[in-house]
Amino acid sequence: MEIKKKLLMPSKETRQDRLGKGISYLSIGFIILLVTLILYFIISKGLSTFTTNNINILDFLTKQDWSPSSIGKDGKPEVGALPMIVTSFGVTIFSALLATPFAIAIGIYMSVIAPKRGRKFLQIIIEMLVGIPSVVYGFLGLTIIVPIVRNIFGGTGFGILSATLVLFVMVLPTITSLTVDSLNAVPKYLSDASLALGATRWQTIYKVILRSATPGILTAIIFGMARAFGEALAVQMVIGNATLMPKSLLTPSSTLTSQLTTGIGNTVMGTLGNNALWSLALVLLLMSLVFNIIVKMIGKRGNLK
Amino acid sequence: MLNLKKFIAIISVFIISGALLTACGSSSSKTKITVVGSTALQPLVEETANEYQEGNNNVSITVQGGGSGTGLSQLQSKAVTIGNSDVFAENQNGIDAKKMIDHKVAVVGMAPVLNKSIGVKNLSMSQLRAIFTGEIQNWKQVGGKNQKIEVINRVKGSGTRATFEDNVLKGKSAIKSQEQDSNGTVKRIVASTPGAISYLAFSFIDKTLQPVSIDNIQPNDKNVEDNSWKIWSYEHMYTNKDINKETKKFLEYVQSKNVQNSLVKKLGYISIHNMKVTKDDKNKIIE
Amino acid sequence: MNPKTTNKIAIGVIYSFVALVVAILISLIGYILVTGVPHISWHFLTAKSQSFLAGGGIRDQLFNSVYLLFLTLLLSFPIALGSGIYLAEYAPKNWITDVIRTTIEVLSSLPSVVVGLFCYLLFVVQMHIGFSILSGAIALTFFNLPLLTRNIEDSLKSVSNLQREAGLSLGLSNWKTIMGIVLPAAVPGIITGIILSAGRVFGEAAALIYTAGQSAPIIDYANWNIFSDNSFLNPMRPAETLAVHIWKVNSEGITPDANLVSSGSSAVLIIVILIFNLSAHWLGRLLYKKMTSNS
Repeated sequence: MEIKKKLLMPSKETRQDRLGKGISYLSIGFIILLVTLILYFIISKGLSTFTTNNINILDFLTKQDWSPSSIGKDGKPEVGALPMIVTSFGVTIFSALLATPFAIAIGIYMSVIAPKRGRKFLQIIIEMLVGIPSVVYGFLGLTIIVPIVRNIFGGTGFGILSATLVLFVMVLPTITSLTVDSLNAVPKYLSDASLALGATRWQTIYKVILRSATPGILTAIIFGMARAFGEALAVQMVIGNATLMPKSLLTPSSTLTSQLTTGIGNTVMGTLGNNALWSLALVLLLMSLVFNIIVKMIGKRGNLK
Repeated sequence: MLNLKKFIAIISVFIISGALLTACGSSSSKTKITVVGSTALQPLVEETANEYQEGNNNVSITVQGGGSGTGLSQLQSKAVTIGNSDVFAENQNGIDAKKMIDHKVAVVGMAPVLNKSIGVKNLSMSQLRAIFTGEIQNWKQVGGKNQKIEVINRVKGSGTRATFEDNVLKGKSAIKSQEQDSNGTVKRIVASTPGAISYLAFSFIDKTLQPVSIDNIQPNDKNVEDNSWKIWSYEHMYTNKDINKETKKFLEYVQSKNVQNSLVKKLGYISIHNMKVTKDDKNKIIE
Repeated sequence: MNPKTTNKIAIGVIYSFVALVVAILISLIGYILVTGVPHISWHFLTAKSQSFLAGGGIRDQLFNSVYLLFLTLLLSFPIALGSGIYLAEYAPKNWITDVIRTTIEVLSSLPSVVVGLFCYLLFVVQMHIGFSILSGAIALTFFNLPLLTRNIEDSLKSVSNLQREAGLSLGLSNWKTIMGIVLPAAVPGIITGIILSAGRVFGEAAALIYTAGQSAPIIDYANWNIFSDNSFLNPMRPAETLAVHIWKVNSEGITPDANLVSSGSSAVLIIVILIFNLSAHWLGRLLYKKMTSNS
């Protein structure tokens, strides 16, 4: 009987395994719960501009005049978010485009070429950069980058270009460290095999290592773009914060986040002025979702199976 | 393996103690006063609260920023005791001012400021208006050097901007331009950008900037007190109607001669007791 | 082109990119240190901050930053660990897992002010936690989770499958294999993740303004009773961190030495992060050696 019972009962290991599995499911469930909560919050707040304040979604997405707390010429509040949407897209894409080659170069250097010491050194620097508060980046941008841009390209120096340069430094650590992780995760036998076949170092890096690390690098870029997208305090100081359609990279404009941060404290919850800001947050959310999906699709096509 | 178990044990101890904390945290005997709102007013209230608590052990005052709009809307939803605001509650969209009591605790004067290289020290009120509405676009039109005017405005809805527009623009709307939300950032940008003009509370104006006289009247405390300098506003601390004794005492302390003549002055505000005139929420002067 | 020339050019390009970035980064950090370090003194580190007089220090802010980091890691690490294990070891390869990954990535792209306000409305106001270190730690957990989870997942995945097979063939349960073999081997990677997220905690301001608050009430460092209102250990008290302090003195500060306080604080922040990094790497190596008998 004892033996039968023992055989039929799950073993200690099985129970342990179930417990462990349970814990990990619980954790992921918790994260999903958090995400759902915050998504629900933003979506319900963001949509109230259109449901309770009866603003036309098309107007919101295509008009260029933004002044939700006052009445415009046509007797309706002005809630045209197009300039902010365009600018947000602009700074995010430009800074990611600029940072990615550098991040990949550093990644390759640190995981494939580098002597050990150089690697540690770079890693420490990069980790330090993450911890510099965005305010400090903003002020450095204001005191260093804006004058440089003004002197070289003319204009006031405030604009998408300055914001891109500041964001470049801010997203670089994120993209780099995640890129390094995914390059490190490429099994060594792949590159060994390639080198043994007589491929040069670059051929191995380009055709084998980078290829198999592509999905990881893309995720790194997403996280980098996400940081650029959500950054407010630093961008707000160098972009000029004017709700104008950007005519070039050098004219003052405003991103979704910078508008959101500067406005949110001065509006009262439940008014159109406040709801419109939450709609900006909603746009931000949807846009990052779209980014995500696009990058994922590119990743699937380039995936080494 | 052992390490991990220990780790988990330590964590669970912390989580349990955390839970206990939340349970016990609220059972304090002190009267809690939470003040939220205007970032401009925050340093003053914070300092005053620190002073006040030294003599009064039975209250615990928390002062936070968040902006005038946040302060008033949190007061309206009864989440805080006092809402700090740079603007009259009557002028804030979505706020029912009739349900609140206004406690004016200081007066703040504001002045237009220029980048030092421009070389303009005085403007007429109509010139100033024309600059901010975009009719004048070059400094040489008002006697400065040949340089494009770069307007740095304040964020829509902020108290500083409302005060400035009420007194200078007279109903016209400002041109679309750069906007910043804090005095400190505006100060830095004006100081470093050629051709820049903006406006700041008196306490933020220093040697890096050129303050501008309007119609030859200098921006200083004296001129604000008798309203010959027009651009000024109140700092308000709003409460709900059902205010408790401790909160009342604290507000009286803030308004007392003692605080008004020391802290208020030190932080660059003007004492409410020195004002020879009063303003109402429509920006009308009452002698 | 001849593969050998291509090789040379490509490697050269990589080197020059790295050199350029290193130059930028070093001058950046150097700039912050050069402008800030001269202002750091024992007094600066141990005095309390001033709101309108010169000569204020950053004692409370510094402590708050460290304490907040500790609480944030306490909240987020176990969850991230569990989720990372799920994603790396248990998650089936299907669309549900894809959706989960995407939502986690989206979470990290939310602007900090949005997360801050969300936590403010839900935890500070609704749940009556109030402006407190705890609320701040919860808000920061939101940022921490995506990065940390993804990092732990990656580090676990980079452990060779041979190790798992070896564990399983010894008759260990799946869970035991993960905890006893895979996880210890992934420790160095996980440490990097923790450091990166710690950097974010130290540097975050916007989300904390509405949650941990932006004032530092008087606290008593001799009071070890965590239930007491003015104890330095009480997680229910409002707390201004170093990054928030930098933000505050720069945006609305009227102290005459606001610039000095700000650059000094930035330098301190960088140095603290450096110390934290080095000790975490050291600890990571130690753990790795101890747990994997790999010397």
